[in-house]
Amino acid sequence: MTLQLKVTKTLHTASGIQLLDVNFQLEKGSLLALYGPSGAGKTTILRILAGLTDTDSGYISVDNEVWLDTGHFTPSGPGARPTRLPTQSRSIGFVFQDFALFPHMTVRQQLEFALPKKADRQFIDELLEMMELQELQHRKPALLSGGQQQRTALARAIARRPALLLLDEPLSAVDDEMRFKLQDFIGKAHRFYGLTTILVSHYLPEIFRLSDEVIVLENGKIQKQGPATQVFLEEKISSKFRTTGEIVDIEPADIVYIISILSGNSIVKVIATVTERTGLHVGQKVMIASKAFNPIILPMG
Amino acid sequence: MIDWQPLWLSLRLALLTTAILLLLGIPLAWWLATRRRTWKAIAEAIVSLPMVLPPSVLGFYLLLAFSPSAGLGRLLDHWLNIRLVFTFPGLVVASVIYSLPFMVNPLLAGFRNLPPDLHEASRTLGKSDWTTLIYILLPNLRAALITGAVLSFAHTIGEFGVVMMIGGSIPGVTRVASVAIYDEVQSTHYPEANHYALTLLALSFSILLLVYFINHRHNRSPL
Repeated sequence: MTLQLKVTKTLHTASGIQLLDVNFQLEKGSLLALYGPSGAGKTTILRILAGLTDTDSGYISVDNEVWLDTGHFTPSGPGARPTRLPTQSRSIGFVFQDFALFPHMTVRQQLEFALPKKADRQFIDELLEMMELQELQHRKPALLSGGQQQRTALARAIARRPALLLLDEPLSAVDDEMRFKLQDFIGKAHRFYGLTTILVSHYLPEIFRLSDEVIVLENGKIQKQGPATQVFLEEKISSKFRTTGEIVDIEPADIVYIISILSGNSIVKVIATVTERTGLHVGQKVMIASKAFNPIILPMG
Repeated sequence: MIDWQPLWLSLRLALLTTAILLLLGIPLAWWLATRRRTWKAIAEAIVSLPMVLPPSVLGFYLLLAFSPSAGLGRLLDHWLNIRLVFTFPGLVVASVIYSLPFMVNPLLAGFRNLPPDLHEASRTLGKSDWTTLIYILLPNLRAALITGAVLSFAHTIGEFGVVMMIGGSIPGVTRVASVAIYDEVQSTHYPEANHYALTLLALSFSILLLVYFINHRHNRSPL
């Protein structure tokens, strides 16, 4: 077990005071998605892990190293002082929602800055290549597109080879096409370097594609936890094929409907009967599952 | 024959004061920008005091404080053999206090305008506060640093009351340009007074011109 976390914190949100109270564990090298409405405490959990936000009580350990121990959850011996590792001493990579790139540094300089003193410089070239940034390495952030900035931020976070990679809705600022491509980069980086990763997202296709496990957070509490298919689907379907997407069009054709679903980069057209069509609307996130013949469409989330 | 010494002395005083203020002002402004409310109000009020206080009031209290016959001045005189009344080092100390807000306030505004996640991002990369300050924060504060340095320099060149109180008018030691003007007028040497006055006027104008020029260019170009 690489990561253990148990924290409580009083949150002052727009809807009043609420208690963040979460407790979970995470296998080394796996990718956890945090999903939930805004204000549920997703970002706060990342910030607590990074040591950027304080807790009321808590215990965090990563790879058997204790990062936080307020003594509330462990039988501390008499006179034991609480442990609180400062951000600088935690082996993390953090991708902020707005990337937080350094305005005065080029792409390459950002990575060089992130590199620990004795680390090999070759790793930078490797990262630039993986993120397809070689051509842009001497540009400053102001001259990069949203997607390029995002890749720079991701490469910078990975540069020190952290034990834990934290991604705070990194894909919210880019368009759909770019989002799809960036998911590839995240997946690639995650697999290639075996980084234990926590991703805050409220975009279901992304969670289905990338995560090993999902935690659904609501009002500061864990509502559901498990693999995405299990968490987001009411009943288990035995099927040969399944994918997720978003309904972009519903068109009547004789006595049935043709439903166009955007799944990844492609549009899938599925025929649905009047009964099947009820409850579906444009913009809805759905799962497409195929048994023997025509795929069936099921609402998610 | 014009005596250049007062102008040269003013220049030396201003350069030295600005250099000390840069070293002092950066950590002080950073501390003020990151502290919580309670201490901040008091500290900010003290830093800004020289802006509203008549220079003669400041000069008067510094004169009392530095006087070798009592208190701080006596300790300095006795233990370190330093005398700050009617000496050049005394002028430097007084100028640093007097021009402090002109360095600290622009820097403080600069620190507060920086996005807070620049600092946080640097911390998540394992960098110490010092490394962050030098490699991340200060390079993004170029405009504030230039403004602070130039204003401190110009303000020191222009000071009169404090210098008069703490330094008097000893030629070659404490007789800076602004004091020389006053002396020349007292002795009805108007052309000499005009010489110093015109030089200061030209100097101040060019300095301000430079500041605005740099600021405008800075605002136009992307970082």
